[in-house]
Amino acid sequence: MSMMSEFSKGFYKENPVFKLVLGLCPTLAVSNSVQNAIGMGVAATFVLIMSNVIVSLIRKGVPKKIRIPIYIVVIATFVTIVDLVMAGFAPALHKSLGIFVPLIVVNCIILGRAEAFAGKNPVFYSFLDGLGMGLGFTFALTIISIVRELLGNGSLWGVPLMPPSFEPVLLLILPPGAFLTLGLFLGFFNWLDAKRDA
Amino acid sequence: MENRLVVSASPHIAHKDSVKKIMFGVVISLLPAAVGGVYFFGAKAAWVIVLAILSAVITEALIEKLTKKPITIADGSAIVTGILLAFNVPPEVPWWIPVIGSAFAIAIGKVPFGGLGYNPMNPALLGRAFLLASWPSHMTIFKTAPKDGSLSGINLAAIKSYGLDAITSATPLNVFKTQRGILFEWHDVLKSGMENPALQAKADLANNAISQLSDSYANLFWGRVGGCVGETSVFLLLIGALYLIYKRYIGLRIPLTYIGTVAVLTWLFAGTEGLFSGDPLFHVLSGGLILGAFFMATDMVTSPVTPKGRIWFGVGCGVITVIIRLVGGYPEGVSYSILLMNLTVPLLDRYTKPKTFGKVEQK
Repeated sequence: MSMMSEFSKGFYKENPVFKLVLGLCPTLAVSNSVQNAIGMGVAATFVLIMSNVIVSLIRKGVPKKIRIPIYIVVIATFVTIVDLVMAGFAPALHKSLGIFVPLIVVNCIILGRAEAFAGKNPVFYSFLDGLGMGLGFTFALTIISIVRELLGNGSLWGVPLMPPSFEPVLLLILPPGAFLTLGLFLGFFNWLDAKRDA
Repeated sequence: MENRLVVSASPHIAHKDSVKKIMFGVVISLLPAAVGGVYFFGAKAAWVIVLAILSAVITEALIEKLTKKPITIADGSAIVTGILLAFNVPPEVPWWIPVIGSAFAIAIGKVPFGGLGYNPMNPALLGRAFLLASWPSHMTIFKTAPKDGSLSGINLAAIKSYGLDAITSATPLNVFKTQRGILFEWHDVLKSGMENPALQAKADLANNAISQLSDSYANLFWGRVGGCVGETSVFLLLIGALYLIYKRYIGLRIPLTYIGTVAVLTWLFAGTEGLFSGDPLFHVLSGGLILGAFFMATDMVTSPVTPKGRIWFGVGCGVITVIIRLVGGYPEGVSYSILLMNLTVPLLDRYTKPKTFGKVEQK
């Protein structure tokens, strides 16, 4: 097992959104602007790294039968930290992400990595896995949100980019737009893979 | 020899008409309403229809060319999608609305699922839903009064005599929805026993407007009302529908149960004086109901194949349409009701499967 591959698999080969199709609730809900997407990506990455490290540290002492509640408590601790820090230092972002910050607790990518990787592997590998997966998640959210914000609102990072005559495709920043954009990206990446394997 | 053995999924219906022939039959049946749309709303309606057809056909050809699939534009189904999409947009939309709508209908609603025969939802309606959600300002504003008529369908002379100029910038269902809201507000005020002369004056106007709408059956029937390009003239749509029924391209189960359900439910609930005070004829003749019931709910691909399933499909469309018209946010619910019921088709087909011939239930 090479360190590099543990880190890089989260970007493409096992990208949590496009390949594992996990964590769709925040992906669909907060990808309506690039700011939201990156804010959510960074918050989830922090929680993912920290929970992976702690879970990996305590993996030998955790009784098998109650491991899930223990993982949840670990994750919830870091989510609370993120929640309070964000409310204190980035109140605007905190307000626009709303309920989806506390909901990071039940983000299945984080519990999934704790269960599938950190609970069985050494600390440093778990750290790399968390970092790679977190960045992969952030990357997925960001490219979805670029399409949605640019076409749905005519802006990127809140800065208007389209000519004034452009009439935004409102649907794309509404919930159906999230499903459509995600579906088209999933199709595109599957098509790329099929083409490469052929 | 091998080519003569066709292996395909059910239903196995032997019919001498090809897809191409049926699709061009549908195009012919839509012609009267298309000509009517151009007559009532002028040349811009013709542009909307032409652009929508071109966009649908070009999109289909382009995607099939890029993905190296056989090009299927000759079967005429893209033309039908284009016409139906054009029928579902207001006549004065900017040129890119029908173009994007048709492209979306084909590129998202049809080709990705495998093309004609595999699309779960009616592509034209999907295109309309996309346009309505994306550019509501263009899709809900009706500015062109039809030839010899008014947008609201109320006779011009009557409008003047009642001083109702303020409500002419709306379709009949829009007028119905707003005025009904005012009447309900007024009923609440009456119940509470408070005085509100301003509202009372508005309620009187609303009563007038609603009774005028009921007197405008002729305008609704001939199509002298505001609305989307191809939905206004019940008469011309019925000519096309009769042709389809005569050719046996569509059955009567879906349209009749759909329209019947709308009539019964609006008679029951659409009035402002309690149950059974609604005006079913107004609701059947207005909006896109006739277009939807005969031309879009009956789409062979997206409607059930079993006879019982078709009845449930029509009833479901009717229930959802009435719910949207009476309590929803939009004045008209035909397109959403058909789209929603399209999604139930696999289930309807499964639960209404006819008994296998000769099969006996085990005791």
